Amino acid sequence: MAHDTAHALHPPTATGLDTRKLAIWTFIGSECLFFATLISNYLVYKGESLVGPLPHETSQCMLHGQMTTCEPIFEIPLVTFGTAVLLFSSFFVVLALNGAQQGNRKKLIGWLSATVVCGLFFIGMQVYEFYHFYHKGLGYTTNLFGSSFYTLTGFHGTHVTLGVIWLATMLVLAIRGKVPPEKSLNLEIAALYWHFVDVVWIVIFPVVYLMR
Amino acid sequence: MSTIAMGHAGAEAAPAEKKGLWSWITTVDHKRIGILYGVTAFLFFLLGGLEALLIRWQLGAPDKTFLSPEAYNQLFTMHGTTMIFLGVMPLSAMFFNYFIPLLIGARDVAFPRLNAYSYWVFLFGGLVLNSSFLFNAAPDMGWFAYANLTSKQFSPGLNVDFWIIGLQILGIASLAAAVNFFVTIINLRAPGMKMMRMPMFVWMSLITQVLLLLAFPIITVALVLLMLDRSFGTHFFVPSGGGDPVLWQHLFWLFGHPEVYILILPAFGVVSEILPVFSRKPLFGYAAMVFSGCFIAFLGFGVWSHHMFSTGMGPMADTVFSLGTMLIAIPTGVKIFNWIGTVWGGSIQYKTPMYFALGFVAMFIIGGLSGVMHASPPADLQQTDSYFIVAHFHYVLFGGSIFALTAGAYYWFPKMTGRMLSESLGKVHFWLMFLGFNLTFAPMHILGLNGMPRRVYTYSAGMGFEFWNAVETAGSLILGFSFLIFIWNILKSLKSGEVATADPWHGATLEWSIPSPPQEWNFAVEPTVDGRDPLWELRRARGGTLPEPARVSGKGIHLPSPSYWPIVTAFGTALTLVGFLMHVTLWVILLGVAITMLGIFSWAFEPADH
Repeated sequence: MAHDTAHALHPPTATGLDTRKLAIWTFIGSECLFFATLISNYLVYKGESLVGPLPHETSQCMLHGQMTTCEPIFEIPLVTFGTAVLLFSSFFVVLALNGAQQGNRKKLIGWLSATVVCGLFFIGMQVYEFYHFYHKGLGYTTNLFGSSFYTLTGFHGTHVTLGVIWLATMLVLAIRGKVPPEKSLNLEIAALYWHFVDVVWIVIFPVVYLMR
Repeated sequence: MSTIAMGHAGAEAAPAEKKGLWSWITTVDHKRIGILYGVTAFLFFLLGGLEALLIRWQLGAPDKTFLSPEAYNQLFTMHGTTMIFLGVMPLSAMFFNYFIPLLIGARDVAFPRLNAYSYWVFLFGGLVLNSSFLFNAAPDMGWFAYANLTSKQFSPGLNVDFWIIGLQILGIASLAAAVNFFVTIINLRAPGMKMMRMPMFVWMSLITQVLLLLAFPIITVALVLLMLDRSFGTHFFVPSGGGDPVLWQHLFWLFGHPEVYILILPAFGVVSEILPVFSRKPLFGYAAMVFSGCFIAFLGFGVWSHHMFSTGMGPMADTVFSLGTMLIAIPTGVKIFNWIGTVWGGSIQYKTPMYFALGFVAMFIIGGLSGVMHASPPADLQQTDSYFIVAHFHYVLFGGSIFALTAGAYYWFPKMTGRMLSESLGKVHFWLMFLGFNLTFAPMHILGLNGMPRRVYTYSAGMGFEFWNAVETAGSLILGFSFLIFIWNILKSLKSGEVATADPWHGATLEWSIPSPPQEWNFAVEPTVDGRDPLWELRRARGGTLPEPARVSGKGIHLPSPSYWPIVTAFGTALTLVGFLMHVTLWVILLGVAITMLGIFSWAFEPADH
């Protein structure tokens, strides 16, 4: 990726930090507030739904036009597995970066592929989950739980998707031999974003799925 | 000893300037982008001013039917939204763009193409918001868009949707710019320019960027939730589905109060540059100025509910938010005393920028004092939704921000254009603006305390409101006229104004060490700094005079290439969001996303340098 700075002529920056790295950290700082607001919105409306289905309890809900008893929505095992996969992907991207820095292309391509596959798996899990929840009676506008849950995890999923596109682009570059050690920073910046997306999930998982 | 290149002898001929529309569309030069921001924002500012004059004309006498209630609602909503998001914020952005790199001794911002992207997104956002007039669907629910006035039930038209989408687009521009300027200030300072040597304008800009970075994501989410309520049928702010309209107020003001400081801190910075130069004294209490600015920003995130005393939050919340709000008077007071301390005993130069800067200090004190008054909940319950509040925020936003930004315009115009603005017209502008401003807004204090409610399109005869309203309308005409003089001054000076030297005011900061207007690369030789007032120190070391810096050829200076991808990407971004405006048009969204992705990829793989 091209250097978007006018400052090849300014090689040592005032702080010694790389300008693009500082920019992604700044952006991540701003994104924290974005997710903090979405998570707060979920928590404010926790337990405020007027009808079911509910996350952890059986409840009265409308299904196929009839009032029935709905099962709790969340199924913890699948999402726990998805969480683990996402966590491992953060580890894999570190190994890929290590490979890039060492100039070890095989290591770079192998671990970066693993990262992308993990990301795709997580997105797949989320799509399955949404589909499954919908058929259990939780539509987008069914109740406040549904709206705030789908909005929060949907925005997280969008971030994961963008991360996968970014990392897949880096993978294509790596296969074409365009991520040599001196350009490993390009991968490091993508990896920082990926870690952030992962960390957000580390907050969402206990707060949304585990906390009763 | 500072090394600042002055008066290079034997310089080669300067290259011809790039010209034409295409050069402006593809420019990545922070100075040109600054000018684009300035011109665009000034046009939007005039539009907002015209809206205000129509409002004032309607209120000039009781029971007038000049405006319908519907038109009145649209005008006061668009006046507020325009002045905040399309007037004051981008006028500050003009100064960020043009002067942050010059003040810290850099050749450009950290990400020149991202900077161009911010401008184009801002322009498209402003156009989308104002295009609502063409559909006779301008936003009409007030600039803070309280739920559940904004629900589909009470606002079935597109009015609210235009507001949501317009603000969402503008928010993207602000966030992109904030990342850029934050990194620029932290990382691109010239050698020797430590944080505690930065000019005060740069410090206040840095704090503003932090506020933008932390406050804008909150309004982004709030706008998304509102859009979901309106277009997808969720109930986040709809009580019939269990939603809580007060949550909107919390989210809005969690953004909205820091936003107040986003509007005023750059103004503080501009005034802190001008007062020392025209008093011939260094800024009094530099460190106290820095830390009081940080403290104001920090407290700014903890006082949002003082906008919501009338929602009935209970004594505990009222007390906490009331005390927090009163606390802000302390760092603000520190700043005011430091400005007075700067001028005190100085050798004052009575030039136009100084008039406006001193006008700012005086008017801002009045606005600040009425602000402390409604920090007290019992007083606020009497004042809220009355003209007293309108008086207060115009004293801080117009008497504060606009006076200071105008001061900045007179101060930096010579640097930006190479011409001086006329001093005599400038002083006429000042006195008319000062008079018009006070005639328009001071009586609002009285009307508010006498019970005149804001946002009502007329009032009956015999309520005792006639006299002061007539005075206000007359004042607003004077105020409007003062800006015609300003425009005349700008046009006249651009054509035949006195040619500006590099340093017409005997300034203290780096921008005055290079020719007016600066060459594309700003500094032919990277400056080194070892004090807070580098040019004054250099002048002292050279026995009081500095040679006029020469224009150089700039051969071998390496600059970022122009690019059209920023405007393409910005167009894609705006189009994507517009797709959510008209009842969610999927093909528009997909086309927008496709253009955005094309733009981002082409941008990322485009070689950035000559």
